Amino acid sequence: MAPTPRKPYSARHPLAGALFVLPFGLVVLVFLVVPLAYAFWLSLSSRSLALGSRFTGLDNYVTAFTDPQMLDGLVRVVVFGLVQIPVMLGVALAGALALDAIGTRFALAYRLIAFMPYAVPAVIGALMWGFLYSRTFGPLAGLPTLVGGEPVDLLSGSLLLVSLGNIVTWSWTGYNTIVMYSALQGVPRELHEAALIDGATPVQIALRVKVPAIRQAIALAAIFSAIGTMQFFTEPYVMARFAPEISAGYTPNLYAYNQAFQFSSFNYAAAISFALGFVVFVAAYAFVIVRNRLGERA
Amino acid sequence: MTALRTPPRLSPHRSPRPAGPAGGRPRTRLAHALMGLGIVYFLVPLLWVVVAATKSQPELLSSPALWFGDGFSLFANLAQLFTEDGGAYGRWLLNTAVYSGVSAVGATLLAALAGYGLARFDFPGRRLFETALLGMVMVPATALVLPTYLLLSTLGIINTMWAVILPSLLSPFGTFLIRVYVAESVPEEIIDAARLDRAGELRIFFRIVLPMMRPALVTVLLFTLVATWNNYFQPLVMLSDADLYPLTVGLTTWFNLSQQAAGTKVVFHLVITGSLLAIVPLVVAFVLLQRFWRGGVATGALR
Repeated sequence: MAPTPRKPYSARHPLAGALFVLPFGLVVLVFLVVPLAYAFWLSLSSRSLALGSRFTGLDNYVTAFTDPQMLDGLVRVVVFGLVQIPVMLGVALAGALALDAIGTRFALAYRLIAFMPYAVPAVIGALMWGFLYSRTFGPLAGLPTLVGGEPVDLLSGSLLLVSLGNIVTWSWTGYNTIVMYSALQGVPRELHEAALIDGATPVQIALRVKVPAIRQAIALAAIFSAIGTMQFFTEPYVMARFAPEISAGYTPNLYAYNQAFQFSSFNYAAAISFALGFVVFVAAYAFVIVRNRLGERA
Repeated sequence: MTALRTPPRLSPHRSPRPAGPAGGRPRTRLAHALMGLGIVYFLVPLLWVVVAATKSQPELLSSPALWFGDGFSLFANLAQLFTEDGGAYGRWLLNTAVYSGVSAVGATLLAALAGYGLARFDFPGRRLFETALLGMVMVPATALVLPTYLLLSTLGIINTMWAVILPSLLSPFGTFLIRVYVAESVPEEIIDAARLDRAGELRIFFRIVLPMMRPALVTVLLFTLVATWNNYFQPLVMLSDADLYPLTVGLTTWFNLSQQAAGTKVVFHLVITGSLLAIVPLVVAFVLLQRFWRGGVATGALR
């Protein structure tokens, strides 16, 4: 049969593709769009014993962004992210560059072992580190005594946030290493072979050729880490049993949870939850769009 | 969508690396030393949990944390683990397997259907949906937990298995990955050829397209499996009946009971042995599937 020009399949059956997308679309509608809309609607009213439920507009949002506990938590996760994310991504990048340059069995072992914590549930990661930090069970608090120092309390004061940061770093460094390593695998060989001929050292090639070539992957890893940090919940929630300093408003998400389940302020919890998700979503989306525009121009 | 321009990095194995600077040379010694430090760092908590699982409750406090105690109680711990609270641990393990298995398979199938539909068909609203999809990828799953809880509680289906499984079917990221993978790796001509042979659309999908998507499917399946196996916040919020708990929530309730000051029930040794048992399946799955799973699918799709 001679190939006669005819209308493409999708022009003749405009709904076939839509039917493939339909099941996923339904799940999106029921478990993403409707819950967010419902939470937004709930957040627009307040409930009190005296007055019952009444429409209060954006009052809950005004309350949230002037609530000192909420603001404390917000500042805490931002500070946490500004320190923890660069440390984690720096270690991951160094690991990825090393893996890309070194093909020994030892490097392979490093890749496998660094990735293992990703498969460990955050709860169990937090429990394990909690035991290791604790004065009754763990060896870490007593480490300074080996060099004649005093045992430290890893679960209070300024060290608490560092201890939490260590748990997140432990869990996610290997994952980010793999993501960056995979991106490095896609960098054309010719690029560094040319640099090698020009007499560049491996370190120079790594920093001047390879890192710029995967900056997109690094930026994405940073965005997803930032999104995760803004939603920080599991580790502080579990660690609160070891560290009484972790208050109900230690992170914004913890605050939303406690508002809902300790104080039954569902409207307020909905407002915090919605605001938090919305801010993160808008910031991340804007970042991606801006980056794509810039990428097009370059 | 500009984010879709670049092909995903899926080439399974790059041509063998030219014999470059290998291990042993002075300049890689420092790198090897640092990797050695890294291995210690990543392994210490895992070694601790293995060692601690061999100890009885009193020994946990009396013996050095990172070395074995006098006795070897692993088997006693395992036996107690499965009998404590009327066999609660076994139920939690089964629940976890059901929740994560059903969610992961379901989410992957939905993502495969939708990703294929978006990549290889045109229909009204497709472009809009694709733009929205990129936004959905950015919506953090934890941000949806409380809103979904509030919705499901008005519908009266919280505290059921469905309250955990159904919301976990949502995987915009998976759909996105598969959409990009199909666009790059499933040639339009093959589908058209099958249509000329009068194969039905569903038959084409299951018999031709699905096998061609395998690397992307494995990646999405592992992503969603880990996400649901490890999930804590969502089941914590949705469930109040201890019989329905997954491992993560169940183990923390035991931990919290043990931690209470006047605790009548101190079972840290069971929490530790139970944690060890909970992480073994996923670690093994990842090491075995390392060959199939491609972190690169993820980076490639979102470049």
